[in-house]
Amino acid sequence: MGKVVVVTSGKGGVGKTTSTAALGAAVAKTGKKVALVDFDVGLRNLDLIMGAERRVVFDLVNVIQGTAKLSQALIRDKRVDTLFLLPASQTRDKDALTEDGVGEVIDKLRSVFDYVFCDSPAGIERGAQLAMRFADEAVIVTNPEVSSVRDSDRIIGLLDARTMRAEHGEQIAKHVLVTRYDAARAARGEMLSIDDVLEILSVPLLGIIPESQDVLRASNLGSPVTLTDPLNSAAKAYLEAARRLEGEDLPVVVPFERKGFLDRLLGRRAA
Amino acid sequence: MNVFDLFRRRSSAPVARERLQVLLAYERASRGQPDLVSILREEIMAVIAKHVQIDQDYLQVSMDRGETMSTLEIDIQIPNKSAVPLAIAG
Ligand SMILES: Nc1ncnc2c1ncn2[C@@H]1O[C@H](COP(=O)(O)OP(=O)(O)OP(=O)(O)O)[C@@H](O)[C@H]1O
Ligand SMILES: [Mg+2]
Repeated sequence: MGKVVVVTSGKGGVGKTTSTAALGAAVAKTGKKVALVDFDVGLRNLDLIMGAERRVVFDLVNVIQGTAKLSQALIRDKRVDTLFLLPASQTRDKDALTEDGVGEVIDKLRSVFDYVFCDSPAGIERGAQLAMRFADEAVIVTNPEVSSVRDSDRIIGLLDARTMRAEHGEQIAKHVLVTRYDAARAARGEMLSIDDVLEILSVPLLGIIPESQDVLRASNLGSPVTLTDPLNSAAKAYLEAARRLEGEDLPVVVPFERKGFLDRLLGRRAA
Repeated sequence: MNVFDLFRRRSSAPVARERLQVLLAYERASRGQPDLVSILREEIMAVIAKHVQIDQDYLQVSMDRGETMSTLEIDIQIPNKSAVPLAIAG
Protein backbone atom coordinates (compact mmCIF):
# COMPACT_ATOMS: atom_id res chain seq x y z
CA MET A 1 0.00 0.00 0.00
CA GLY A 2 1.46 3.31 -1.08
CA LYS A 3 1.58 6.49 0.91
CA VAL A 4 -0.59 9.46 -0.02
CA VAL A 5 1.12 12.81 0.56
CA VAL A 6 -0.74 16.10 0.13
CA VAL A 7 1.32 19.19 -0.70
CA THR A 8 -0.65 22.10 0.68
CA SER A 9 -0.32 25.66 2.02
CA GLY A 10 -3.51 27.71 2.18
CA LYS A 11 -1.79 30.73 0.68
CA GLY A 12 -1.29 30.80 -3.08
CA GLY A 13 1.97 31.01 -4.97
CA VAL A 14 4.21 29.76 -2.17
CA GLY A 15 5.67 26.84 -4.13
CA LYS A 16 3.28 23.87 -3.85
CA THR A 17 3.43 22.86 -7.51
CA THR A 18 7.19 23.39 -7.69
CA SER A 19 7.61 21.26 -4.54
CA THR A 20 5.26 18.49 -5.72
CA ALA A 21 7.27 18.12 -8.93
CA ALA A 22 10.67 18.36 -7.23
CA LEU A 23 9.92 15.98 -4.36
CA GLY A 24 8.03 13.52 -6.56
CA ALA A 25 10.85 13.35 -9.10
CA ALA A 26 13.44 13.00 -6.33
CA VAL A 27 11.62 10.03 -4.78
CA ALA A 28 10.98 8.43 -8.19
CA LYS A 29 14.69 8.65 -9.05
CA THR A 30 15.39 6.22 -6.22
CA GLY A 31 13.30 3.63 -8.06
CA LYS A 32 10.04 4.11 -6.15
CA LYS A 33 6.83 4.24 -8.19
CA VAL A 34 5.42 7.75 -7.87
CA ALA A 35 2.19 9.37 -9.09
CA LEU A 36 1.69 13.13 -9.04
CA VAL A 37 -1.96 14.21 -8.99
CA ASP A 38 -2.88 17.78 -9.89
CA PHE A 39 -5.92 18.86 -7.85
CA ASP A 40 -5.90 22.43 -9.12
CA VAL A 41 -8.98 21.98 -11.29
CA GLY A 42 -9.40 24.88 -13.68
CA LEU A 43 -5.85 26.12 -13.12
CA ARG A 44 -3.73 23.12 -13.89
CA ASN A 45 0.00 23.81 -13.95
CA LEU A 46 1.74 20.68 -12.82
CA ASP A 47 1.71 19.40 -16.43
CA LEU A 48 3.63 22.50 -17.48
CA ILE A 49 6.18 22.27 -14.67
CA MET A 50 6.68 18.58 -15.56
CA GLY A 51 7.05 19.39 -19.26
CA ALA A 52 4.08 17.15 -20.12
CA GLU A 53 1.59 19.80 -21.26
CA ARG A 54 1.48 18.55 -24.85
CA ARG A 55 0.85 14.97 -23.82
CA VAL A 56 -2.31 15.55 -21.80
CA VAL A 57 -5.27 13.68 -23.29
CA PHE A 58 -7.41 12.73 -20.31
CA ASP A 59 -7.49 14.14 -16.81
CA LEU A 60 -8.65 13.51 -13.25
CA VAL A 61 -12.21 14.64 -13.97
CA ASN A 62 -12.46 12.30 -16.99
CA VAL A 63 -11.42 9.40 -14.77
CA ILE A 64 -13.90 10.32 -12.03
CA GLN A 65 -16.72 10.73 -14.53
CA GLY A 66 -15.82 7.43 -16.18
CA THR A 67 -15.02 8.82 -19.63
CA ALA A 68 -11.44 7.57 -19.35
CA LYS A 69 -9.67 4.78 -17.50
CA LEU A 70 -7.05 5.68 -14.95
CA SER A 71 -4.39 3.94 -17.01
CA GLN A 72 -5.31 6.09 -20.02
CA ALA A 73 -5.03 9.33 -18.10
CA LEU A 74 -1.70 8.67 -16.39
CA ILE A 75 1.25 10.18 -18.27
CA ARG A 76 4.61 8.49 -17.86
CA ASP A 77 7.58 10.84 -17.42
CA LYS A 78 10.11 10.75 -20.26
CA ARG A 79 13.11 11.08 -17.95
CA VAL A 80 12.25 8.85 -14.98
CA ASP A 81 10.21 5.81 -15.92
CA THR A 82 8.73 5.22 -12.46
CA LEU A 83 7.24 8.74 -12.39
CA PHE A 84 3.64 9.41 -13.55
CA LEU A 85 1.37 12.42 -13.75
CA LEU A 86 -2.41 12.58 -13.46
CA PRO A 87 -3.34 16.05 -14.77
CA ALA A 88 -6.14 18.26 -13.52
CA SER A 89 -8.87 19.25 -15.93
CA GLN A 90 -9.30 22.76 -17.24
CA THR A 91 -13.03 22.78 -16.60
CA ARG A 92 -14.44 25.76 -14.81
CA ASP A 93 -16.93 23.56 -13.00
CA LYS A 94 -15.59 23.43 -9.45
CA ASP A 95 -17.98 20.61 -8.55
CA ALA A 96 -16.48 18.31 -11.16
CA LEU A 97 -14.64 16.52 -8.35
CA THR A 98 -16.76 14.42 -6.04
CA GLU A 99 -15.51 13.05 -2.77
CA ASP A 100 -16.42 9.47 -3.67
CA GLY A 101 -14.82 9.83 -7.08
CA VAL A 102 -11.59 11.19 -5.65
CA GLY A 103 -11.60 8.45 -3.00
CA GLU A 104 -11.85 5.73 -5.65
CA VAL A 105 -9.06 7.17 -7.76
CA ILE A 106 -6.77 7.60 -4.74
CA ASP A 107 -7.48 4.01 -3.64
CA LYS A 108 -6.51 2.65 -7.05
CA LEU A 109 -3.36 4.78 -7.16
CA ARG A 110 -2.43 3.70 -3.64
CA SER A 111 -2.58 0.06 -4.63
CA VAL A 112 -0.21 0.52 -7.58
CA PHE A 113 2.21 3.27 -6.53
CA ASP A 114 4.62 3.62 -3.60
CA TYR A 115 3.90 7.34 -3.32
CA VAL A 116 0.97 9.47 -4.43
CA PHE A 117 1.64 13.22 -4.23
CA CYS A 118 -1.45 15.46 -4.34
CA ASP A 119 -0.76 19.02 -5.48
CA SER A 120 -3.39 21.09 -3.67
CA PRO A 121 -4.96 24.25 -5.02
CA ALA A 122 -4.55 27.40 -2.91
CA GLY A 123 -7.23 28.34 -0.39
CA ILE A 124 -9.05 26.41 2.30
CA GLU A 125 -12.21 25.63 0.35
CA ARG A 126 -13.53 22.46 -1.23
CA GLY A 127 -10.68 21.91 -3.70
CA ALA A 128 -8.02 22.13 -1.02
CA GLN A 129 -10.08 19.95 1.31
CA LEU A 130 -10.53 17.25 -1.35
CA ALA A 131 -6.80 17.25 -2.06
CA MET A 132 -6.03 16.53 1.61
CA ARG A 133 -9.03 14.29 2.31
CA PHE A 134 -7.38 10.89 1.79
CA ALA A 135 -3.81 11.84 2.71
CA ASP A 136 -1.59 9.91 5.11
CA GLU A 137 0.98 12.68 5.30
CA ALA A 138 1.08 16.37 4.57
CA VAL A 139 3.85 18.63 3.33
CA ILE A 140 2.92 22.15 4.41
CA VAL A 141 4.69 24.58 2.11
CA THR A 142 5.43 27.84 3.93
CA ASN A 143 7.30 31.01 3.07
CA PRO A 144 8.93 32.77 6.04
CA GLU A 145 6.42 35.57 5.98
CA VAL A 146 3.44 36.46 8.19
CA SER A 147 0.52 35.74 5.87
CA SER A 148 1.96 32.43 4.68
CA VAL A 149 2.60 31.24 8.25
CA ARG A 150 -0.90 32.24 9.31
CA ASP A 151 -2.45 30.34 6.40
CA SER A 152 -0.28 27.32 7.16
CA ASP A 153 -1.67 27.36 10.69
CA ARG A 154 -5.21 27.26 9.33
CA ILE A 155 -4.31 24.41 6.99
CA ILE A 156 -2.86 22.49 9.93
CA GLY A 157 -6.20 22.98 11.68
CA LEU A 158 -8.01 21.51 8.67
CA LEU A 159 -5.57 18.59 8.40
CA ASP A 160 -6.32 17.73 12.02
CA ALA A 161 -10.09 18.03 11.56
CA ARG A 162 -11.22 17.33 8.02
CA THR A 163 -9.12 14.46 6.74
CA MET A 164 -10.25 10.82 6.71
CA ARG A 165 -7.46 9.96 9.11
CA ALA A 166 -8.43 12.73 11.53
CA GLU A 167 -12.07 11.68 11.43
CA HIS A 168 -11.06 8.13 12.30
CA GLY A 169 -8.95 9.32 15.22
CA GLU A 170 -5.67 8.60 13.44
CA GLN A 171 -2.70 10.91 13.10
CA ILE A 172 -1.78 12.50 9.83
CA ALA A 173 2.00 12.99 9.67
CA LYS A 174 2.76 16.66 9.05
CA HIS A 175 5.96 18.27 7.78
CA VAL A 176 6.78 21.92 7.17
CA LEU A 177 8.75 22.71 4.05
CA VAL A 178 10.05 26.28 4.14
CA THR A 179 10.54 27.55 0.61
CA ARG A 180 11.89 30.74 -0.96
CA TYR A 181 14.21 31.20 2.01
CA ASP A 182 16.53 34.15 1.62
CA ALA A 183 19.51 33.73 3.97
CA ALA A 184 20.71 37.30 3.51
CA ARG A 185 17.37 38.79 4.48
CA ALA A 186 17.04 36.39 7.40
CA ALA A 187 20.50 37.45 8.63
CA ARG A 188 19.36 41.07 8.58
CA GLY A 189 16.30 40.19 10.63
CA GLU A 190 13.98 41.16 7.80
CA MET A 191 12.41 37.75 7.51
CA LEU A 192 10.99 35.32 10.04
CA SER A 193 13.72 32.87 11.02
CA ILE A 194 13.35 29.11 10.67
CA ASP A 195 13.14 28.87 14.46
CA ASP A 196 10.31 31.41 14.49
CA VAL A 197 8.34 29.46 11.90
CA LEU A 198 8.84 26.11 13.64
CA GLU A 199 8.05 27.50 17.07
CA ILE A 200 4.84 29.08 15.84
CA LEU A 201 3.60 26.11 13.81
CA SER A 202 5.10 23.37 16.02
CA VAL A 203 5.36 20.94 13.13
CA PRO A 204 8.69 19.22 12.30
CA LEU A 205 10.82 20.60 9.50
CA LEU A 206 11.18 18.66 6.24
CA GLY A 207 13.64 21.04 4.64
CA ILE A 208 14.57 24.59 3.69
CA ILE A 209 14.50 25.48 0.01
CA PRO A 210 16.44 28.65 -0.79
CA GLU A 211 15.11 31.36 -3.06
CA SER A 212 16.81 30.42 -6.32
CA GLN A 213 16.96 31.36 -9.98
CA ASP A 214 17.33 27.67 -10.75
CA VAL A 215 13.69 27.08 -9.83
CA LEU A 216 12.55 29.52 -12.49
CA ARG A 217 14.98 28.05 -14.98
CA ALA A 218 13.65 24.56 -14.30
CA SER A 219 10.05 25.65 -14.81
CA ASN A 220 11.03 27.40 -18.06
CA LEU A 221 12.53 24.12 -19.23
CA GLY A 222 9.55 22.06 -18.06
CA SER A 223 11.54 19.89 -15.71
CA PRO A 224 11.44 19.41 -11.93
CA VAL A 225 14.42 21.23 -10.44
CA THR A 226 15.69 17.93 -9.00
CA LEU A 227 16.07 16.57 -12.53
CA THR A 228 17.59 19.57 -14.37
CA ASP A 229 20.71 20.08 -12.35
CA PRO A 230 20.80 18.06 -9.14
CA LEU A 231 23.76 20.09 -7.87
CA ASN A 232 22.23 23.53 -7.50
CA SER A 233 21.22 24.65 -4.03
CA ALA A 234 17.45 24.35 -4.50
CA ALA A 235 17.74 20.88 -6.05
CA LYS A 236 20.05 19.69 -3.28
CA ALA A 237 17.63 20.96 -0.66
CA TYR A 238 14.71 19.17 -2.35
CA LEU A 239 16.69 15.93 -2.72
CA GLU A 240 17.49 15.99 1.00
CA ALA A 241 13.88 16.81 1.88
CA ALA A 242 12.76 13.80 -0.19
CA ARG A 243 15.12 11.53 1.77
CA ARG A 244 13.67 12.83 5.04
CA LEU A 245 10.16 12.20 3.70
CA GLU A 246 11.21 8.60 3.12
CA GLY A 247 12.18 8.41 6.77
CA GLU A 248 15.91 9.08 6.68
CA ASP A 249 17.22 10.94 9.72
CA LEU A 250 19.14 13.71 7.99
CA PRO A 251 19.87 16.92 9.92
CA VAL A 252 18.67 20.18 8.36
CA VAL A 253 21.33 22.84 7.93
CA VAL A 254 19.99 26.40 7.87
CA PRO A 255 21.46 28.21 4.85
CA PHE A 256 23.86 30.77 6.24
CA GLU A 257 24.86 34.10 4.80
CA ARG A 258 28.01 35.84 6.01
CA LYS A 259 27.18 39.37 7.03
CA GLY A 260 28.51 41.85 4.53
CA PHE A 261 30.92 44.61 5.41
CA LEU A 262 28.20 47.25 5.18
CA ASP A 263 25.87 45.32 7.48
CA ARG A 264 28.56 45.11 10.11
CA LEU A 265 29.45 48.75 9.74
CA LEU A 266 25.84 49.76 10.18
CA GLY A 267 25.39 47.32 13.00
CA ARG A 268 22.39 45.58 11.53
CA ARG A 269 21.68 42.67 13.68
CA ALA A 270 19.67 39.55 13.27
CA ALA A 271 17.29 39.11 16.15
CA MET B 1 22.66 57.74 20.25
CA ASN B 2 25.61 57.44 17.93
CA VAL B 3 25.75 58.31 14.29
CA PHE B 4 25.29 54.68 13.21
CA ASP B 5 21.89 54.55 14.88
CA LEU B 6 20.69 56.83 12.14
CA PHE B 7 21.39 54.07 9.63
CA ARG B 8 20.31 51.19 11.79
CA ARG B 9 16.99 49.80 10.78
CA ARG B 10 15.24 47.94 13.53
CA SER B 11 14.81 44.38 12.33
CA SER B 12 11.16 43.60 11.67
CA ALA B 13 11.18 39.82 12.13
CA PRO B 14 10.71 39.92 15.94
CA VAL B 15 7.66 42.14 15.47
CA ALA B 16 6.28 39.69 12.92
CA ARG B 17 6.82 36.78 15.27
CA GLU B 18 5.09 38.49 18.14
CA ARG B 19 2.09 39.57 16.09
CA LEU B 20 1.70 36.05 14.74
CA GLN B 21 1.90 34.47 18.17
CA VAL B 22 -0.87 36.67 19.53
CA LEU B 23 -3.07 36.25 16.47
CA LEU B 24 -2.68 32.49 16.19
CA ALA B 25 -3.30 31.91 19.88
CA TYR B 26 -6.66 33.59 19.36
CA GLU B 27 -7.46 31.91 16.04
CA ARG B 28 -6.67 28.45 17.40
CA ALA B 29 -8.85 28.96 20.45
CA SER B 30 -11.80 30.14 18.39
CA ARG B 31 -11.47 27.52 15.66
CA GLY B 32 -14.75 25.79 14.94
CA GLN B 33 -16.61 28.06 17.33
CA PRO B 34 -19.13 30.63 16.18
CA ASP B 35 -17.76 34.13 16.12
CA LEU B 36 -18.18 35.82 19.52
CA VAL B 37 -18.58 39.32 18.15
CA SER B 38 -21.46 38.37 15.89
CA ILE B 39 -23.23 36.49 18.68
CA LEU B 40 -22.89 39.49 20.99
CA ARG B 41 -24.07 41.78 18.25
CA GLU B 42 -27.21 39.74 17.68
CA GLU B 43 -28.09 39.46 21.37
CA ILE B 44 -27.42 43.13 22.11
CA MET B 45 -29.59 44.02 19.15
CA ALA B 46 -32.39 41.84 20.55
CA VAL B 47 -32.17 43.49 23.99
CA ILE B 48 -32.29 46.98 22.49
CA ALA B 49 -35.18 46.06 20.23
CA LYS B 50 -37.26 45.24 23.30
CA HIS B 51 -37.17 48.90 24.27
CA VAL B 52 -36.15 51.05 21.32
CA GLN B 53 -36.48 50.52 17.64
CA ILE B 54 -33.17 51.08 15.89
CA ASP B 55 -31.73 50.13 12.56
CA GLN B 56 -29.05 47.39 12.38
CA ASP B 57 -26.55 49.98 11.16
CA TYR B 58 -26.80 52.00 14.38
CA LEU B 59 -25.16 49.24 16.40
CA GLN B 60 -21.40 48.74 16.10
CA VAL B 61 -19.72 45.95 18.01
CA SER B 62 -15.98 45.50 17.74
CA MET B 63 -13.24 43.71 19.59
CA ASP B 64 -9.67 44.85 20.00
CA ARG B 65 -7.73 41.79 21.06
CA GLY B 66 -4.82 42.23 23.41
CA GLU B 67 -2.44 39.61 24.71
CA THR B 68 -3.99 39.23 28.19
CA MET B 69 -7.02 41.49 27.91
CA SER B 70 -9.35 42.45 25.11
CA THR B 71 -11.55 45.50 24.74
CA LEU B 72 -15.11 45.09 23.59
CA GLU B 73 -16.42 48.27 22.11
CA ILE B 74 -20.15 48.76 21.71
CA ASP B 75 -21.39 51.84 19.98
CA ILE B 76 -25.15 52.31 19.80
CA GLN B 77 -26.67 55.31 18.14
CA ILE B 78 -30.26 56.08 18.90
CA PRO B 79 -31.89 58.57 16.55
CA ASN B 80 -33.85 61.12 18.56
CA LYS B 81 -37.13 60.34 16.91
CA SER B 82 -37.02 56.73 18.11
CA ALA B 83 -35.72 57.62 21.57
CA VAL B 84 -39.20 57.36 23.00
CA PRO B 85 -39.27 54.00 24.77
CA LEU B 86 -41.59 51.53 23.07
CA ALA B 87 -43.47 50.94 26.32
CA ILE B 88 -44.51 54.57 26.51
CA ALA B 89 -45.00 55.06 22.81
CA GLY B 90 -47.05 51.91 22.46
N1 LIG C 1 12.64 28.35 -4.20
C1 LIG C 1 12.17 29.21 -5.13
N2 LIG C 1 12.96 30.20 -5.63
C2 LIG C 1 12.48 31.06 -6.54
N3 LIG C 1 11.26 31.03 -7.06
C3 LIG C 1 10.42 30.07 -6.62
C4 LIG C 1 10.81 29.12 -5.63
N4 LIG C 1 9.76 28.29 -5.39
C5 LIG C 1 8.75 28.71 -6.18
N5 LIG C 1 9.14 29.78 -6.94
C6 LIG C 1 8.33 30.50 -7.90
O1 LIG C 1 7.15 30.96 -7.28
C7 LIG C 1 6.04 30.92 -8.18
C8 LIG C 1 4.90 30.11 -7.58
O2 LIG C 1 5.32 28.75 -7.45
P1 LIG C 1 4.29 27.55 -7.56
O3 LIG C 1 3.49 27.63 -8.79
O4 LIG C 1 5.04 26.29 -7.29
O5 LIG C 1 3.38 27.90 -6.30
P2 LIG C 1 1.96 27.26 -5.91
O6 LIG C 1 1.93 27.27 -4.41
O7 LIG C 1 1.76 25.97 -6.59
O8 LIG C 1 0.95 28.34 -6.49
P3 LIG C 1 -0.66 28.19 -6.60
O9 LIG C 1 -1.18 28.46 -5.21
O10 LIG C 1 -1.05 29.25 -7.56
O11 LIG C 1 -0.95 26.80 -7.06
C9 LIG C 1 6.58 30.33 -9.47
O12 LIG C 1 6.87 31.36 -10.34
C10 LIG C 1 7.84 29.62 -9.03
O13 LIG C 1 8.79 29.55 -10.08
MG1 LIG D 1 0.12 25.28 -7.79
